[in-house]
Amino acid sequence: MKVLSRIGFWLLVIAIGLFALFPLYYAIISSFRSGSALFTTAYLPERFDPTNYIAVFDRQPFGQNILNSIIVAGTVVAISLGLGMTAAYAFGRIAFRGRALLLMTILAVSMFPQVAVLSGMFELIRSLGLYNTLPGLILANLMLTLPFTIWVLTTFMRELPKEIEEAAFVDGATPWIVVRRVFLPLMAPAAVTTGLLAFIVSWNEFLFALTFTLTNERRTVPPAIALMTGSTAYELPWGTIMAASVIVTVPIIVLVLVFQRKIVAGLTAGAVKG
Amino acid sequence: MAGAVAQGDVFVRVAARRRRSSLTRSRIRSAWLFIAPSLIILALIAGWPLARTIWFSFTDANLNNLSDYEFIGFENYLANYDGEWLGLLTDPDWWQSVWNTVWFTLVSVSIETVLGIIVALILNATFPGRGLMRAIILIPWAIPTIVSAKMWNWMLHDQFGVINDMLLRAGLIAAPMTWTANADTALWAAVAVDVWKHTSFMALLILAALQMLPQDIYEAAKVDGVSPTRVFFRITLPLIKPALLVAVIFRSLDALRVFDLIYVLTSNSRDTASMSIYARQQLVDFQEVGLGSAASTLIFLIIALIVVITLAAGRVRLGEDPR
Repeated sequence: MKVLSRIGFWLLVIAIGLFALFPLYYAIISSFRSGSALFTTAYLPERFDPTNYIAVFDRQPFGQNILNSIIVAGTVVAISLGLGMTAAYAFGRIAFRGRALLLMTILAVSMFPQVAVLSGMFELIRSLGLYNTLPGLILANLMLTLPFTIWVLTTFMRELPKEIEEAAFVDGATPWIVVRRVFLPLMAPAAVTTGLLAFIVSWNEFLFALTFTLTNERRTVPPAIALMTGSTAYELPWGTIMAASVIVTVPIIVLVLVFQRKIVAGLTAGAVKG
Repeated sequence: MAGAVAQGDVFVRVAARRRRSSLTRSRIRSAWLFIAPSLIILALIAGWPLARTIWFSFTDANLNNLSDYEFIGFENYLANYDGEWLGLLTDPDWWQSVWNTVWFTLVSVSIETVLGIIVALILNATFPGRGLMRAIILIPWAIPTIVSAKMWNWMLHDQFGVINDMLLRAGLIAAPMTWTANADTALWAAVAVDVWKHTSFMALLILAALQMLPQDIYEAAKVDGVSPTRVFFRITLPLIKPALLVAVIFRSLDALRVFDLIYVLTSNSRDTASMSIYARQQLVDFQEVGLGSAASTLIFLIIALIVVITLAAGRVRLGEDPR
């Protein structure tokens, strides 16, 4: 009986692992097959044909798309962390009237359906002259990242012991110095976690990127992949799409594997403790 | 003499309190200074666009020229022209998209909850390779939604897809299926991808709750010889219920605004459109900013209503049960 349940347990573990990994595995082996080879199904890698990887960069400005994604996501993370850290200090360490209400409002913003602001955001971006530009996307993506950055950093900030800042204040430090010299170093791990989550959110964002850009050169990676077309209008270039998918997924997976513990801490901090 | 000492004591204390309160006041002032930039930005990029969207929903604005529009009241929602009812609320496509979204949310979140509990229970056991397993289940979560949709699109391809191939080999289907183009199966395909992508999120939240449970209850149950199923339903499930509810609410709100997954997976078909897809289609493809904004506003109201109800229900339950 015990052996049987042991076997059942391991079968379950293997099944979950296969289910989680198979689509990525299949995308990788498909990306190395091209031409008519794609029209037969293969479960094992047979050869490494780099044609698709060359075609991705050849047929569209995919290098530019990747660069756009990095610029947008990087800037969004920097701004979110900068603003989020100061706001989280105020929310987490200072008792003032209206604090709970403000925090709830910010949490509510993070639950906004993106589409609810779409026409207003379109008007805003166009009136600022930012349509089809990267700053326009950065502005729009901040709506997605800033609220949860503040929220998660506030939960982390609350957990730090009170004595730390009291000692600094007794020594005559101003709040700004306390944030910079005391909390910034202590919050570095939390900032890495939150920054990673914000990066992933911005890197994966599709609706704004699809709506607020027009030309292929200004697109970020998600709309670029979604709108990839082949030499004919009828057949999508699956090999190229799989190659592009693998290219943009691998860095994210490396990040996730390296920072696994931090990401899990960040994901659960907002929900369980908050 | 004694009076002078007491008086001096009072002076010291008053001065201390004054100093403390001026310190508190300066801290409160700096708190507002620290929050102000974030609040201004959020008001500009979330509050203002939301208000404009709601305003546009009462106008006949067009995407070509957003500055030239007229106020038309509720006509985008419901209007009567010569005895014929028009507007969003009479559009069968809108109601189809509402139904699609609700169905998608209910089915995918239910499956994710059950699977999430199973995965969390497994990860909560000690076995060699547990850390690796936790990393593996995070991979689908980290893959961009567009990429997952494309990967599954390829796996579900009607002619060359690996899923048709597997099912044919196993003898479960007689002929290849057109999974994503057929209205009957396309939403199930979307559910499959969503479950694949988001079960890990559910599992990780539940796992965090499991790891905070006190171990002595389990030891006591073991000593008493309670069966594992009974332990799960009588001890574990009630204890993790609050965390489970939070995870379910987070996922449901996320699923209700689904856009990219269905948009890419089912190639923007009308039969499978979600509410967000419908709204964007009116707004961008048909340039009908008024109608699209009306749909956006309704989506916002539906989600806001659910948030308010769950918050209220949570408070009521907290009030009844001091645990």
